[in-house]
Amino acid sequence: MTTPAELEQTQIDPAVDEVGAADRPWLTIVWNDPVNLMSYVTYVFQNLFGYSRDEATKLMLDVHHKGRAVVTRGSRDKVEGDVAKLHGAGLWATMQHDS
Amino acid sequence: MKGWSRRRGRLVADFGQPEAALLRGMVSQLREMLGARAGENPQDELAELTGITTGPTTPPADRVLARLLPDFHREDEGLSGGMRSLHEPELLAEKDGVAGVVLDTCPSGGGTVRLSEEQAQAWLSALNDVRLALGTVLEVDEDMPDELPSDDPRAAHLPVYHWLTWVQESLIQALAR
Repeated sequence: MTTPAELEQTQIDPAVDEVGAADRPWLTIVWNDPVNLMSYVTYVFQNLFGYSRDEATKLMLDVHHKGRAVVTRGSRDKVEGDVAKLHGAGLWATMQHDS
Repeated sequence: MKGWSRRRGRLVADFGQPEAALLRGMVSQLREMLGARAGENPQDELAELTGITTGPTTPPADRVLARLLPDFHREDEGLSGGMRSLHEPELLAEKDGVAGVVLDTCPSGGGTVRLSEEQAQAWLSALNDVRLALGTVLEVDEDMPDELPSDDPRAAHLPVYHWLTWVQESLIQALAR
């Protein structure tokens, strides 16, 4: 059930979409590379993000086998900081807005 | 160098003179490259007024530096440029700092290296930076063999890369104990 007033509102209110975009989290993605050691990548995930050894190992294996893994998600500021930390550790990381 | 061990809370390893010289040489060289990049920071009136250092917005042309300082976003150049400008000075300072820890704790004539947990973490990052640099120049890929044919110009340098890998791997194992 709908009314013309509601229809009109959804048509003219671009804020609806913007709110949707703002709700989508940002993702921190780590990409596979041929130099970084599997043990080192696991160590970095544990050390930077507090993952257990098992969680960190699973993420590392995702990076290794699938070519990439999402290691953290959240606000743009948080993810930006996480990517910078990963770059500091020498991992190949990027951020992207969840789609 | 027979690998790292944990003794009374310290991470300990013995480096021969040639090993220490090799490691110190590579770390120093990388530190110089990073320092040269840091010198490219735009020094404008705003930076002088606010004291806030910003970095360049474009990635380094050099492939080694480009690997050590990757883009923040794969497609969005504008976003990557802004983030690079904001974060690159602190990343360079961090990499300079860990290189400094190696140079301060590894005796140039070789000998025993004793590290606190914090220093060992700095070593791990510095060793990784040097491996990334050398791996980039050697064009290491997933299929890199243990040895290259003797007519390959990279053949003489590959053992150095494998040695660094071993030093790093051994330190990770010792830290986990």
